[in-house]
Amino acid sequence: MSNVLDIQNLEITFATDRGPVKAVDRVSLEVAPRSVLAVVGESGSGKTVTAKTVLGLLPETAASRGVVLLANTSGGEPSSVLTLSPEQLRAVRGRDVAMVFQEASTALNPVYTVGWQIAEGLRAHGKVSKKAARAQAIDMLRKVGIPEPERRVDSYPHQLSGGQKQRVVIAMALALNPGLIVADEPTTALDVTVQAEILDLLRQCRDEFGASIMLITHNMGVVADLADEVAVMYQGEVVERAPVAELFAAPREKYTRDLLAAVPRLGGEGRVRAAERAMERALQPEREPLVRASGLEIEYPGRLGKPGFKAVKGVDFEIAAGEVLGLVGESGSGKSTIGRALAGLTPVSGGSLRVLGVEMLGFKEREFRPVRRDIGFVFQDPATSFNPRFTIAECVAEPMIVHGLARDADRARSRVNELLEAVQLPAAYGDRYPHELSGGQRQRASLARGLALDPKLLIADEPTSALDVSVQAKVLELFAELQRELGFASLFITHDLAVVDALADRVGVLLHGELVEVGTGEQVLGSPEHPYTQRLLASLPVPDPVEQATRRDAWRSTLSGS
Amino acid sequence: MLVAGLLLVIVFVLMAALAPWIAPYNYNAISGPDGDFGSRMAPSAAHPFGTTIAGYDVLSRVIWGSRTAFLVIVIAVAASIFIGSLLGLVSAYVGGAVDRVLVMLADAIYAFPSLLLAIVMSIMISGGQSSLWGGIWSASLSITVVFIPQYFRVVRSEVIRVKAEAFVESARVIGASHRRIMFQHVFRNSTRSLPLVFTLNASEAILTLAGLGFLGFGIEPNSAAEWGYDLNKAVADVTNGVWWTSLWPGIAIVLVVMGLTLTGESLNDLSDPRLRLRRRAKAGSGAVTSTSVIAVQQAAAAAAGAADTAASANREEGAPS
Repeated sequence: MSNVLDIQNLEITFATDRGPVKAVDRVSLEVAPRSVLAVVGESGSGKTVTAKTVLGLLPETAASRGVVLLANTSGGEPSSVLTLSPEQLRAVRGRDVAMVFQEASTALNPVYTVGWQIAEGLRAHGKVSKKAARAQAIDMLRKVGIPEPERRVDSYPHQLSGGQKQRVVIAMALALNPGLIVADEPTTALDVTVQAEILDLLRQCRDEFGASIMLITHNMGVVADLADEVAVMYQGEVVERAPVAELFAAPREKYTRDLLAAVPRLGGEGRVRAAERAMERALQPEREPLVRASGLEIEYPGRLGKPGFKAVKGVDFEIAAGEVLGLVGESGSGKSTIGRALAGLTPVSGGSLRVLGVEMLGFKEREFRPVRRDIGFVFQDPATSFNPRFTIAECVAEPMIVHGLARDADRARSRVNELLEAVQLPAAYGDRYPHELSGGQRQRASLARGLALDPKLLIADEPTSALDVSVQAKVLELFAELQRELGFASLFITHDLAVVDALADRVGVLLHGELVEVGTGEQVLGSPEHPYTQRLLASLPVPDPVEQATRRDAWRSTLSGS
Repeated sequence: MLVAGLLLVIVFVLMAALAPWIAPYNYNAISGPDGDFGSRMAPSAAHPFGTTIAGYDVLSRVIWGSRTAFLVIVIAVAASIFIGSLLGLVSAYVGGAVDRVLVMLADAIYAFPSLLLAIVMSIMISGGQSSLWGGIWSASLSITVVFIPQYFRVVRSEVIRVKAEAFVESARVIGASHRRIMFQHVFRNSTRSLPLVFTLNASEAILTLAGLGFLGFGIEPNSAAEWGYDLNKAVADVTNGVWWTSLWPGIAIVLVVMGLTLTGESLNDLSDPRLRLRRRAKAGSGAVTSTSVIAVQQAAAAAAGAADTAASANREEGAPS
């Protein structure tokens, strides 16, 4: 049997303001029938562009060369995607190849029902009666595991959860039974527990529907879980191709080894360090904790006459001086809300929250302002947390100017240079504007700004979730190093269990606004007591195909058990 | 488009600045060294654009008219930008009741026919008198009132968008005062569509001024030259076969408005990278930009340790924006 997809010597060049830029350079890939090829690489390595070429979705500014052969599911000659007319391309899409997008919420049209959207694909390829299309849509929804498909077929996208939306997108892709599904980061926007379910569904696509999958991802755990073969892309080229077991067991290229080494793992050296720090702290006399929350409640006010939404329901925790508390939880669990309340960005509605001796329940900005000197904040998205009209030096100097330590950015420059050096950025970068730095560099500058006033408490809200694995490893290392040197306490908010394990002294697990488990990393992640924590841990894919296979079975048993 | 627009605008500004030297006569001259110009004289060597019914030289009136138009644009647009964007900034930043009242006021002004409002304003300001500065001020301030809601709206919506950005929150966390956040962080990032509104409004300002003059609320010919007034006086000429008195001021208005509009539209296109035209790339051309953070490459592996660290620093610079 021949390959479903055959890419030979593909080259793609984009026209930009600064002249042509090559995104893909002599890439050759094949996808065998009923197999999953994972394409991994950092952002900018050309993996998404390669995937889009397969569907002929390149923008007008791109020029391509090479051969992309796509098998015809109806038994004809394979079609060469790059030379097809728009008309022929439309016939191929959906029938021979389909796409699963990263953001299911933006890939679905909000004004049509999901049933209509699945039927739309059927209508585009031949005449189907309304009744037959609806019946087929219900059938597809049932196949992708949506409960009550007869009712759900009339739902609008906003009535479904994130995981269900992704299921609908997969149903749309499967509707015409294509030979190849291109999945571009299909689980990146999802929570870990949902991710495990979607990965399971994609496995079904291969095993039960007989579709091949070209999986684009940067998550090595996902690769280990799903892929049969892996292609590693680096700067527009495929540097290594190997079956999944071989790649993880014995990576040939140094780049692959470095990429694998950058992936944070559970139970790493972070725990050893945390244990050391705990020993040191035990020797010191007991002091008043920097942050003490008891029965903390935070409610977002509702619209007129409607009750508000309670994001945090009675949470107790403490952060001692020099201690890193990791908060983990899925989206909507209230973890970011707690971080924002600590910084006085969200008002506290009940219970008590004392931050550096100030009660945050009904606090006045005037009383809290002096305390702000001792609080640093690192935001999730480094792209938006800098004023685009300020240079990096001005941004980092801003806290000093606001608190009267320096009159203007020039006078603070020597301190700014020290800070930039501390986060391993050249001092000359201070004169650049935020958009001229890469994501990782910006996040390091953000760390420098957070530390500008030598704070006692640093709140980090998902500081690495917008970054590539390789960059994330660097930023985390830097964070741990600075924390050791400067000894600040920190609230580290993340959804990634492996990240929190590498950094935190203690870990708190949030579920629907309640803290279900708190303890040292070893307690919570090593031998979790709460079933939710157990499920979180079981859902986390590990970058090792053999171990992941056994974990997957364990995960299935937690599902059937609950 | 941008070039054509800018060219027209530059010619207009030069004409306004150099009017006393370019124009053959003064705007209120009805006689030269050779005696009176005469009424409704056809174009000739002495009067290339002819003369009006009152005996003014059309060419001189058109050139001097650009000066009046220019002053009105500058005053009207400057005043409305200043007041409108300040109100928009405060309204959006403070929010609540202040915002609601200001939006309601802006909507009320929108509901008014703008020319009627301008007429009322011009009567109030000039008190029925006509002088150069009285006329210019009344025209520009009445235009200002009409334009304030536009700047108010544009700035307000931008501020509302920027206010929710993470960098504003980060300024709040630092403890920056409201004034500092408003002007340093929010306002500096909310002005990107102002140049566009500015150029479009400038052309509207000219049209309003000409409209006021045409309706008889402009500036008398002995205080300043004004295209709208000249057009008004030329109405009767059209039916008498005297085409030159209405044609030239009319063309002046059209060209200036077109120049300003073209400039504004092309500024809009320039600021949006998706609308910018680019030359198509040749297949297989161009170099791969380095995007990786992990500093490894087969070639680099051979290089010495010192060179390797330098290379890694360089490689990191190639950040996608």
